[in-house]
Amino acid sequence: MPAYLFRRILEAALILLGVSLVTYILLFLLPADPVRQIAGRSATAETVESIRRQLGLDLPFYEQYWRYLTSLLQGDLGRSYIQRSEVAELIAARLPASLLLMVAAICAELAMGLTMGIVSAVRRNSSTDQSLMVLSFVGVSAPQFVVGILLLYVFAYQLGWFPISGYGTFGHLVLPAMTLGFMGAGWYSRMMRSSMLNVLGQDFIRTARAKGLGKARILLRHTVPNALLPIIAMIGIDIGIFMSGIVVVESVFGWPGIGQLAWQAIQRVDIPIIMGVTLVAACAIVIGNLLADIVALFVDPRIKLK
Amino acid sequence: MKKWLLTGVASAAIFAAAGAGASDIKQGGSMIVTYKDDVSTLDPAIGYDWQNWSMIKSLFDGLMDYKPGTTELVPDLAESFEISDDGLVYTFTLRQGVKFHNGREMTAKDVKYSLDRVANPKTQSPGAGFFGSIKGFDEASSGSAEGLSGVEAVDDNTIRVTLARPDATFLHVMALNFASVVPEESVAEHGADFGTNPVGTGAYKMTDWTRGQHVIFERNADYYQAGLPKLDKITFEVGQEPIVALLRLERGEVDIAGDGIPPAKFLETMKDPKFKDQIVEGKQLHTGYVTMNVKMKPFDDVRVRKAVAMAINKDRIVRIINGRAVTANQPLPPLMPGYDSDYSGQPYDVAGAKTLMADAGMADGFTTELYVANTDPQPRIAQAIQQDLAGIGIKVELRSLAQSNVIAAGGEEDQAPMIWSGGMAWIADFPDPSNFYGPILGCGGAVQGGWNWSWYCNAELDERAKKADAMTDPSQADARIEEWKAIFTAIQEEAPWVPIFNEQRFTIRSDRLDGPDGIFVDPVHIPVHYDHVFDKGVQ
Amino acid sequence: MTILGKLIRRKLSLFGLLVICGTVLAALLAPWITPYAPDYQPFEGLTIEGAPLPPNAQFWLGTDLLGRDLFSRLVYGAQTSLVIGVVANGVSVIIGSLVGIVAGFLRGAIGAILMRFTDLMMAFPALLLAIVLSAIFKPSLWIVALVIAMVNWVQVARIMYSETVSLSERDFVEAERSIGASRTRILLRHIAPHLLSSIIVFGTLGISTTVLLEATLSYLGVGVQPPTPSWGNIVFENQTWFATAPWLVFFPGMAILTLALAFNLVGDALREILDPTMKGRH
Repeated sequence: MPAYLFRRILEAALILLGVSLVTYILLFLLPADPVRQIAGRSATAETVESIRRQLGLDLPFYEQYWRYLTSLLQGDLGRSYIQRSEVAELIAARLPASLLLMVAAICAELAMGLTMGIVSAVRRNSSTDQSLMVLSFVGVSAPQFVVGILLLYVFAYQLGWFPISGYGTFGHLVLPAMTLGFMGAGWYSRMMRSSMLNVLGQDFIRTARAKGLGKARILLRHTVPNALLPIIAMIGIDIGIFMSGIVVVESVFGWPGIGQLAWQAIQRVDIPIIMGVTLVAACAIVIGNLLADIVALFVDPRIKLK
Repeated sequence: MKKWLLTGVASAAIFAAAGAGASDIKQGGSMIVTYKDDVSTLDPAIGYDWQNWSMIKSLFDGLMDYKPGTTELVPDLAESFEISDDGLVYTFTLRQGVKFHNGREMTAKDVKYSLDRVANPKTQSPGAGFFGSIKGFDEASSGSAEGLSGVEAVDDNTIRVTLARPDATFLHVMALNFASVVPEESVAEHGADFGTNPVGTGAYKMTDWTRGQHVIFERNADYYQAGLPKLDKITFEVGQEPIVALLRLERGEVDIAGDGIPPAKFLETMKDPKFKDQIVEGKQLHTGYVTMNVKMKPFDDVRVRKAVAMAINKDRIVRIINGRAVTANQPLPPLMPGYDSDYSGQPYDVAGAKTLMADAGMADGFTTELYVANTDPQPRIAQAIQQDLAGIGIKVELRSLAQSNVIAAGGEEDQAPMIWSGGMAWIADFPDPSNFYGPILGCGGAVQGGWNWSWYCNAELDERAKKADAMTDPSQADARIEEWKAIFTAIQEEAPWVPIFNEQRFTIRSDRLDGPDGIFVDPVHIPVHYDHVFDKGVQ
Repeated sequence: MTILGKLIRRKLSLFGLLVICGTVLAALLAPWITPYAPDYQPFEGLTIEGAPLPPNAQFWLGTDLLGRDLFSRLVYGAQTSLVIGVVANGVSVIIGSLVGIVAGFLRGAIGAILMRFTDLMMAFPALLLAIVLSAIFKPSLWIVALVIAMVNWVQVARIMYSETVSLSERDFVEAERSIGASRTRILLRHIAPHLLSSIIVFGTLGISTTVLLEATLSYLGVGVQPPTPSWGNIVFENQTWFATAPWLVFFPGMAILTLALAFNLVGDALREILDPTMKGRH
């Protein structure tokens, strides 16, 4: 195990290096000139060149990237071109909110999705199964903006059960988590159903049935745990998706997460922020997938490390 | 030597101008303003978007300002000023006893420091170019000299600015945010983070900034204008979707929706009787226009450009955006001095446009591209233009891109044949026609990376513009505006642009607040002049 | 009986087939079955205040914010959305499955390399790539299809990998191995069929997500440009209007949902017909 972990962490470092290089190349290829944006409409050519030199943007590509990499290793993500604040500080201020929403949304989608999936599998091809199928597809197909505003209008504006928007209390968390959960539940429910059906068709379940074990016991002790494997992999993926930002839901509910920061930076070509957010998201993705692989080892002891 | 003595302008005069119920309005209360985007910076040398523009104006003061709700210049931190006969030397006498938020008294040294700071390339100020007429600017901005040699603190209360060339817009420049007075010790203390720890002399001081959530302003008890500001506290909530902000406003949770009324809710809100007294409509210094790149065929032919101008149905475009604008026929907006109300420009005349196309040898039309920013309603407006131009045989392909990509394409000589300017935030920096010429229609902007996207460069007009801006004598003010009027008419006869409309501003505020209408749609303090908003509850 | 025959005899899969064929036909015959051109902005398509019209006798599904006929735009939009939702999404599911299955079955160094490459691609900033491509190339449907195929396969690969790893450790696979079955046989006869249901889940739900993703990418400038319609961009452009003009979001949303469901019905039926391990079981 320690050797496996060590190897995976080493690989993770390589992946992050790769992501940073690819992102840097892409940003370098963009025709929009950040210096012009900083210098403003009335700037003279000399001012533009002076700012370019100060930011090191006159250097050849490899030198710029090397500079970025060396300061990155010292924990310096640079300063935003537009906000002029430390990128690390901007991200750190929004990270807790993103993490909180991620955990809540994953709980919400698991609770809804697994329930729907298990019921569907147990009552396969019934009208319940078919209704849940349609509901899953609605969840995945519905635009998040619309779902978010509808939930907000009904539960916060009309009924007043939750605050309309903001961050801080448990009440603020419920609606954004539900909006994300509704979409995610569609995926989890369909995956869980298909995974359950695979497990139900296997010999050990038939054996258990033949032994006369109770239906509930077979379901909870034998079927569900064995069906969880692909679900674990999906949670790993979700960690990455949520940390790279869920722009729409954040802006509908005024949630101060990473997504809004990233979206604004992409639109305005604020290179240091784009780099910073991409690297944070890459870390989350690598960590999420690593965790998923490790958890899978515990859930399914048959998998051997190779 | 002409002496301009303007004392006691402070509160009384300003209130009379704003038409409010004079100075017996009580101070107190608070309001909540929402925005979608996070506040980028509150450093007056750097902040340059329409969201922080007015916030910075409430935190800082400069030598000059405008009467609330108008475009009329008045002294602010300057008590009076003198202009030399040749128009090159401005001597400002400072108001005494003005204190920074840190308690220290403001002096002429601070004014000198602040102007030097903006010109210094290390500050990376997007507004540095405005100060180009001050003597010593070139040396300071290239870094070969420390500070502007043309700015001297004569004594604690007197600052003298010497210009390298006469500049009729200089007092407007002194009213820009970039010319705000900042205390050196606070800038030194916070360095590059001064933008999140602003210290000025303004009506409000910033007391809290929680990233992604809110910025809080509280009343500056030492503010030099008695009776101002009216409110004790303003909370700016950020990250708020405009549609949600409107819902919250309806419930009384929000007082001003900073991003305005979202297009999807506009007609419904305007018709709703309960909002009738809460919406203020005003003009702004804005023109939306289509540029045609005169360096790219066939737009090098003025007949083709005019045909395009005559083929676009501007009334229909205004209808598509639910009447949130008025049609335009010249570059200057009606609010701008120099606007020619007698000029009619190129009329909407499809038959005439076809004739012009035939004259230009383009009877069969041609294929071209129109670049447009991707935020609603810009692509819709571009599609309306696309259909209109199809009517005279011009096949237009749209390139709907992120704003920065459009700006980059416009700055290349041979890339974007046509650009719709909407969404690229072209609102005048100050209310003078000169500001609508240099970077966007003059030769100076027709360079790689510049903002003159039509690449129209007329040396003769450039010369006339230069002469007009050298007319600094107050007795020539009217003649100067007449000359600018003539310059813009001459440009429009060459049709490098098709001016489409001038956007109107609609501000919605809660029932709790009041103030003179003008300050809710202030042409300079965009979107709202926060200092004069008051709370009805404490009256 | 042929597979097609079996599909037609099941009610649900017949419905699915009809929807799919109907959509394809609509896309192909768009110019002949639509009352208006998709980019035609008739004067009477907007109210005098500039508001879109709800469904009526002249415009069956109402008009959009420029007064265009929504029905005509939806029919034409099927062309774009089929290419994205079916072709690009299909390709990405196939790539993802191949990568995941190969990595999970072989494991070892090849498996590790493939999966770390997957992790790398997952962390790849797709929106940024879209902006760069939009600035360099002329926008086209095929570029956006390429971007979607490039970024969308990674999730499929992760899931397929984890399922394949688990399956290849199962008793029946061990048993096959012990009696000397070839690897190909194990893979094709015993592992692949079990993966089919997950592949169908991704392939069908993926239709909805890719059709919507196309709208985001096109918004950034790589994909189809206005006035070309697609189901995704009709939803995307109009979503803030759904309270004022619900038809602008409801109808394209229903189109996306119905197409995805139809593929799911056909897919599920196909699997039941093809997959021997599921036979005769509840």
